[in-house]
Amino acid sequence: MNFLDAAVEIISWALMLAGSFFVIVGAVGALRFPDFWARMHAVSITDSAGVLLLFAGMCMQTGFTLVTVKLIIIGVFLFITGPTATHAIANAALVSGLRPKEAKGFTGVEPEPLTKSDADPASSE
Amino acid sequence: MRTIGTIIAFLGLWLLLSGIYKSLTVGLGVFSTLFVIFILNRMNSIDGDRVEVHLKPLEFLKYQGWLLGEIAKSNWAVTRIILAPSMPIKQHMFSVPYTQNSDLGQVIFANSITLTPGTVSVETEPGQFLVHAVAYSADDKDAIADMDRRVTACEKVITA
Amino acid sequence: MMFAVAIIAVFIAMALVLVRLFGGPTLYDRVLAVNSFGTHTVLLIGLIGFLTERPDFLDIALLYALINFVGTIAILKFFRYRAIGDKLPVKEEAET
Repeated sequence: MNFLDAAVEIISWALMLAGSFFVIVGAVGALRFPDFWARMHAVSITDSAGVLLLFAGMCMQTGFTLVTVKLIIIGVFLFITGPTATHAIANAALVSGLRPKEAKGFTGVEPEPLTKSDADPASSE
Repeated sequence: MRTIGTIIAFLGLWLLLSGIYKSLTVGLGVFSTLFVIFILNRMNSIDGDRVEVHLKPLEFLKYQGWLLGEIAKSNWAVTRIILAPSMPIKQHMFSVPYTQNSDLGQVIFANSITLTPGTVSVETEPGQFLVHAVAYSADDKDAIADMDRRVTACEKVITA
Repeated sequence: MMFAVAIIAVFIAMALVLVRLFGGPTLYDRVLAVNSFGTHTVLLIGLIGFLTERPDFLDIALLYALINFVGTIAILKFFRYRAIGDKLPVKEEAET
């Protein structure tokens, strides 16, 4: 029994530390990246890895109780709404005319038109 | 039939979230469930919009397991970009066709794209999504086409 | 103890996001930062509940997650249509 407790403790420590690491990395990315479109991706690290690992770590601490069910409900909710909110923000930015700075060799700042979707600019580099 | 299912779902949610099983709290739960059902029925007469779930449960579970692996991989990739001193970002916007028939399948596909860090679905157009990648490489399109195939495999074929 | 470590990490992340919130050059940077701040707050409330051994805090976290999502969508809708209620987009209004 004691061994099992120690294993649970170690696993939840690992999950918590990894979750904290990804949360901080997401925030650092949000601060460091040069424009809005790149920052969006940094924030989505917090949304996926940070939330997942921290909630998994908390679940390990409770065992199987109603609290675990609550944790899972919050986790699933964040997992569904996080990407939806990110998509909404990105879509609003696109509609308002904000465009990313594309890398060298990628022609034009406009999105590729329908007919040109096969011509891949990366392959011509 | 649908109403009974909704009542059971709401009551179950109440019991799970409250965790107190005295007669007063359970009674309040029953009352609020019935009130919500009443409001839903009133709203139903305005628009009969319904969510249809056409998914294969086992396939969908398998897909979720696969998605977790993808999330882990792409998280690590973006983390390395953030922590690298030179920040090798290479932004690109490209369009990805989707092959799902139902709205729910398309939502799952678009949310999966956004959930994996490094790619965000930006705009939905008929027949394709506009995707923005922070570190674009030629493999990205293949990876997303693979994801598209897996989501489509989760869908039940609707005989229309 | 592990919750204290995680709380400190979330605090640091919140401070960094707050810098982006005040310094973000465009409106969408700010909305993104507010949304991210809300996610961090949900995590923080849950962790504080575990640190003080009062799991009831999770109810507040759930509520905050709901409000955060609806609030973000409402802000975006307001900036796009300049109205929170049921209103046609400005472009379509001009056509009719």
